[in-house]
Amino acid sequence: MRRRFGARTLPRGVNFALAAAAIAIAIVFPLFFPQGSGWVDDMTIALAYVVMGLGLNVVVGYAGLLDLGYVAFFAIGAYTTGWFMSGFYGDANIHVFVGEFAKALPGIHLNFLLVVVIAAGLCAIAGIIIGLPTLRLRGDYIAIVTLAFGEIIRVFAIEGNEITIVGNAKLTAGRQGITPIDKIDLPFLDQFTSLNLRPWYWTALALVLVVLFVNIRLRDSRLGRAWIALREDEVAAASMGIPLVKTKLMAYAVGAAFGGMSGAFLGSFLNTVNADQFAFGFSIFILAMIILGGLGSVWGVVIGSLALSLINTRLIPDVLNDVPSNLGLDFNLVDVNYGIFGFLLVLMMVLRPEGLLPERRRQIELHEGTPGDEALVEVTHA
Amino acid sequence: MEASTSAPTPPPALSRGFAATVQDLLSKYGLIALLLVLPVAYGIQDLRDDGNLAGIANNLLDGLSNGAIIALIAVGYTLVYGIIELINFAHGEVFMIGSFTAVAFWGLIGLGLGSSVIGLVLGLLLTILVAMVTCGGMNVMIERVAYRPLRGAPKLAPLITAVGMSFILQNVGLLWLGGSPKSVDDLIRAQDNLFTFIGINVSRADLLAFGVTIPLVILLTVFVTRARLGKAMRATAQDPEAARLMGINVDTTISLTFLIGGMMAGAAGLTYALYQTTIWFFQGFQAGLLAFTAAVMGGIGNLRGAVLGGLIIGCIQQISDNRISPSWTPAIVFAYLILIMVFRPQGLLGEETREAG
Repeated sequence: MRRRFGARTLPRGVNFALAAAAIAIAIVFPLFFPQGSGWVDDMTIALAYVVMGLGLNVVVGYAGLLDLGYVAFFAIGAYTTGWFMSGFYGDANIHVFVGEFAKALPGIHLNFLLVVVIAAGLCAIAGIIIGLPTLRLRGDYIAIVTLAFGEIIRVFAIEGNEITIVGNAKLTAGRQGITPIDKIDLPFLDQFTSLNLRPWYWTALALVLVVLFVNIRLRDSRLGRAWIALREDEVAAASMGIPLVKTKLMAYAVGAAFGGMSGAFLGSFLNTVNADQFAFGFSIFILAMIILGGLGSVWGVVIGSLALSLINTRLIPDVLNDVPSNLGLDFNLVDVNYGIFGFLLVLMMVLRPEGLLPERRRQIELHEGTPGDEALVEVTHA
Repeated sequence: MEASTSAPTPPPALSRGFAATVQDLLSKYGLIALLLVLPVAYGIQDLRDDGNLAGIANNLLDGLSNGAIIALIAVGYTLVYGIIELINFAHGEVFMIGSFTAVAFWGLIGLGLGSSVIGLVLGLLLTILVAMVTCGGMNVMIERVAYRPLRGAPKLAPLITAVGMSFILQNVGLLWLGGSPKSVDDLIRAQDNLFTFIGINVSRADLLAFGVTIPLVILLTVFVTRARLGKAMRATAQDPEAARLMGINVDTTISLTFLIGGMMAGAAGLTYALYQTTIWFFQGFQAGLLAFTAAVMGGIGNLRGAVLGGLIIGCIQQISDNRISPSWTPAIVFAYLILIMVFRPQGLLGEETREAG
C-alpha cells in the first residue's frame, strides 16, 4: 500500500521500544504519589475506561458496527460484582475463594477473578443477544437498536428493586445502589483497601495489558482481517467467503466481554452499583474516547481514553471549572461536561475523523471513501 | 418517492405449506396485531371492571393528542432521513429548544395568566412563528456545520456528529433553564374540560394539539406534493445525482428540508409547553426517541407514515404511562422499536428511501 497523508510508520524496533517504555512508566507511575492520592484514583478509573475503549473499539473500530448502547455491558459487568461480591443476597451464604473477612459476611461472595470471568461470559452472551437482531440491519439502524437495548437495560436497573427473582432476592437495588461491594482479594496478596490505591491501579493496568494484547492479536488474526473486510464492504466480504453472522457476533461478544471485565472492576473499585451510573451519556463518553484517539487504532484508543478520562476527572473540574465564572458567566464547566464531549465529537469528525493517532487503513477509507461510496449516496447493504 | 410496493409479491399461498402461510400472515399483520395488544388488553379489563370502555377511550384520546405532537417531530426525522439517509439525532433537542424559545418569547411579550383572550391568541400565533423560525434556522445551521462537511464520508460519520450536536444542544438547554423540570404558566388552562362525548373528556389541550398539528401536516403535504420546491425535495430524495442534472440545487434543497423539519419541531415545542406546562432540558431526548420510533413505525421517509406512527406511539405511551408505570414506558417503546426494526423495517406504510425505491 502506498504511503499517504504522511502516515507515520516507525521501524518495528522503535515501536517496540516505545511501547515498552510506556508500559514501564505506567507501572512505576503510582510510586511517585502517596498511596491514597487522587492522581492514582483518577488514573485507575482512566485505565478501566481504557479497557472499555478497547472493547468498544473491536465493535466500532474493527467491525464498523456503531454501538450506542455500550453502557449495557458496563451495567452487566458491574451488576455481576453487585450480585456475586456483596451482601446483596443476604439469604444466600456462598463463599468461594474469599478471605477471612468476607467469609464472615452473609450473601454471595466469590473471588474477584471468578467474578471477572463470569462478567465477561455474561456480557459476551448479552452481546450476542443484542447483536442477533441487528445482523440484517443497516448501520444506522444498528446504532439505534443498540441504543434501545442500552436504555432498556437501564430501565431494568432502575426498576430492578421491584423485580423479585426468588424469595427476597431482587434483581437490582435501583437508584439506591448495591453497596458495599467486596474489595478485590487476589491470591497471594493482601485484601485491597480503600486507603492504598496502588494495588487497584496495578490490577487495572494488568487488565489493560491483557486486553491490549488480546486486541492486537485479534486485529492481526484471521478474525480481525474478517472484521476489517466487513467494515469496508460487507457484500464483497461475504462473497469472499467470510461468514457474516459468525464474524459480526464475535465482534459483539468480544467487545462486550471487555466491557464486562471493566465493569466488574469498576463495581468493586467504586464500591457501589447503582442504576444512575448507566445513562446513555456514558456510551457516548466511551465512543468519544475512541473517536478522539482514532477508530480502529489500538494505541490511539489507549491515548484517547486516557486523555478524555483525565479531561473529565482533572481538567474540567480542577483546572477549567472557574473559567466561565471568571468570564462573567454563571455556570460551572462540570455541569456541561457532556456538552464538551459532544463538541469534541463534532470537532473530531469534521476536522480529523481518523482521530489523533490514526490507523492508516481507516484514514484512507475516511478520506477517499470505500469503493462502494458515491458522492452523496452511501451504498448500504440492507 | 415512488409507491414503494416493491416488496416481492409472494407466490400464491396455495402452493406452499401451512408454515409459509402463517409466515406471510405474520409479516403482513404481525405488527398490527402487536400494536393492538395493549389497547385491547386494557379495553377488556375496563369492560370487566367498569362495564364500559370509557377508561381506555380516554387513554386513547389523550394518546392521540399527545401523539399529534410526536407526529410533528417525527415528520422532521422522516423528511431528513428521506433526503440524506441520516438519523438527525439532534432533532429532539431542536424540539426542546423550541419549547424553551416559546416560553421565553411569550414571557418577553408579556403573555401571562391574566392576558385577554384576543391578546392570548395573537400572542401565541406570534410565538409559534418565532419558535418555528428559530428552530428551522437552527436546524439549517446544524446541517451546515455538522453534516454538510461529511457528505462524502462513510454513513456513520454524520451520525456520530449528530449525537455530538444532540449533547451540545442538551447542555445549552441545561444552562438555559437548569437541570430540573420547570413549570410554566398554564396559559390556556390546558386540562379544562371542553365537552364530554359518550364518556370521553375532550380537554383544551387535546384541541390545541390537533389544532396545531392538522393544519401544519396538511400544509406540509400540499407543499411537498404540489410546490416546485417540494417536488425538488422529492426528486433529491429519489436520486440526488439525477436531480442535480435536472438543474435542482441539491444543497439548497437539503437545507430547505432541514428548515421545514426544524419548523415543525418548533411548532411541536410550543404545543408541548402549553400542553404539558412543564419543560426541561431532557424532554428532547425522550421525545426525540419516541418520534424516531414513530417515523420508523410508519415507514421512514414516508410523511403519512410518520404522522400515523406518531399517533400510535402517543397511544402506546399514554396507555403505558397510565396503566403500567411511567418508568416502564421507555422500555416498552424501545421494545416496540426493536421489534419493528428487526421484523418490519419497512414500517406500516412502507419506507420511501432510495434503498426501498
